[in-house]
Amino acid sequence: MLTYALVAGVLFGLYFSLVGIGLNLVFGVMRIVNLAHGDTLMLGAFIALGVVALFGIDPLFAVPLAFVIFVLAGLLLYWVLVPRLQGSANPEMLSIILFFGLSQVVEAITTIFAGTSERSIQSRLLGTVFTTIKVRWFGGKPGAAGPIHIMGQGFPAPWVIAAATSLIAIALVYLYLYRTRLGTLTRAVMSRRDEALATGIDVDRVSAAAFGIGLGLAAVAGVFAPFMFGSVTPAFGADATVTSFAIVVLGSLGNPLGTALGGIVYGVCYMLVQTYLSSWADLLPYVLLILILLLRPSGLLGRRVRVA
Amino acid sequence: MPSAVKHTLFILLPLIVVFAVLPGVYQNHLLLFNFVIFLTLAQGVNIIYGFTGYLPFGYVGFFGAGAYGFAIMVMHLQSPALPAVLVAGIVGVLLGLLLTPLLRLSGAYFAIANLAASLAVLHFVANPALESITKGPYGVSLTGTFNPTLAYSSALAVLALTLVGVVYLKNSGFGLALQAVREDAVSAAMAGVNVVKMRVIAWLVSALVAGLAGGIYAWYVSVFYPDNVFSGEFSIFAIVFALFGGVATITGPIVGVIILYGIYNLIGFTTPQYFQLIYGLLIMGLVLFLPAGLVSLATRRGWHVP
Repeated sequence: MLTYALVAGVLFGLYFSLVGIGLNLVFGVMRIVNLAHGDTLMLGAFIALGVVALFGIDPLFAVPLAFVIFVLAGLLLYWVLVPRLQGSANPEMLSIILFFGLSQVVEAITTIFAGTSERSIQSRLLGTVFTTIKVRWFGGKPGAAGPIHIMGQGFPAPWVIAAATSLIAIALVYLYLYRTRLGTLTRAVMSRRDEALATGIDVDRVSAAAFGIGLGLAAVAGVFAPFMFGSVTPAFGADATVTSFAIVVLGSLGNPLGTALGGIVYGVCYMLVQTYLSSWADLLPYVLLILILLLRPSGLLGRRVRVA
Repeated sequence: MPSAVKHTLFILLPLIVVFAVLPGVYQNHLLLFNFVIFLTLAQGVNIIYGFTGYLPFGYVGFFGAGAYGFAIMVMHLQSPALPAVLVAGIVGVLLGLLLTPLLRLSGAYFAIANLAASLAVLHFVANPALESITKGPYGVSLTGTFNPTLAYSSALAVLALTLVGVVYLKNSGFGLALQAVREDAVSAAMAGVNVVKMRVIAWLVSALVAGLAGGIYAWYVSVFYPDNVFSGEFSIFAIVFALFGGVATITGPIVGVIILYGIYNLIGFTTPQYFQLIYGLLIMGLVLFLPAGLVSLATRRGWHVP
């Protein structure tokens, strides 16, 4: 039981890292609280639902689709909303309210088109592309992938696939931030916005890219949401946002590896509480978030950040 | 005439008199009651956000805690309603005290931590394991103390007290000191302002207001579930109303509540999704085009707005 909880915690944790990492980018670069982050996840889930309903193919194909759509949406949204916001007296506070408004709009529009019912995808559909390839190339019988065995315990295949995808996405974010020019500029803006501006970095371009990538990653995480959480509704976004915040703060701002660690710590705690104290599991993200904010506001791996 | 007296005579008094007279003329008492509650909450947000700059995104935590403080007094100690309302206020203040460490956080960190705190209180109260105390997620029913007329009067009294508080903040050295802290805490401390004490007082007053309002709300509705009294809408509405009118003024939140909550009730009865859509767009428009509230339309022209 303990091994199960721990391994499941790591699998969920990797997924939770992917959930939080986009928020980390957006908040780290722009000091903007994207309260519509959870709604991006929800929309990603609906893209997966759409792909399955329209084409009946593996929801994994929704991953690149969701990413591209939301990078573009993020760029557009950035240019519409953010420059105006940055011009106001207190952008950080007002961003909370602005993006709350946006999340309401997104939730309302989704509800108008999709209704409030809970939607889910049959979990055997995820990963069918792998079994098909296996059958084509190596022979063998086509059939639903069974549970995947890790350390003698069986775990649902979607959990493992989501964790693997998250790992790849986090590695790509790491490469982007530390091995590309735009990524280096992004880190510069993250650490000192004013100085970055003074050295002639096009802060707006860097921020727009970070915003787009942040939303894109959230949408990719959303594709797996129906499998990880069982089902999604248009109202799913609000809780997802708070959870993402817990993860991001638990790791540290502006550090993708921190978010990965935060996600895993969160996932393991979550699974342990679920296993041993299930009626209090709902409290966990909130209590964890408050404790971390009070005891170590810079997160587990962070430099010291602002404390009033 | 000193401006504090002027503000009391020309803003506070007329508002209270109007809301005291209206139930005799207008039949929808629940609507009037909700107006009074939101006027109180918006002013409570005004005290903490307008004067200190802390955005209480989980303001409803105090409101819900107050409501449950009231409910527990009535259910377990068979207390009469008025003392239970006082206890509700005290519960609000106690929760505020418990959360004072959050004031060490700044900006978005505070807002998010406060939101998390309110959700933590909600999940705590609604936990089935505490059914014997709070009735968990199954809700409470307080038919014994049901007395809407008296509850309405008490709500009005709390509103009046809150307004007195805001008039005081607007016209006193204390309020000025708070605003100085909001603009630049370090400079204010250099000028001899006790930053921490000031902030904590404003925070606790704000919590007290929400706790009292929550207790009276519980008294008035008498049957409610945790999700009702901890609904994020209370926080959001109070913040948006205050912001729409303009914070750090006396009239701003009042105007905000009357206009926006008025609109809400005019259009709020159609499909909830369309309403949510309009509301979301309104909030976004407000932040993008009128971030300092309606009063900024006047102050931009150089008019003084109390």
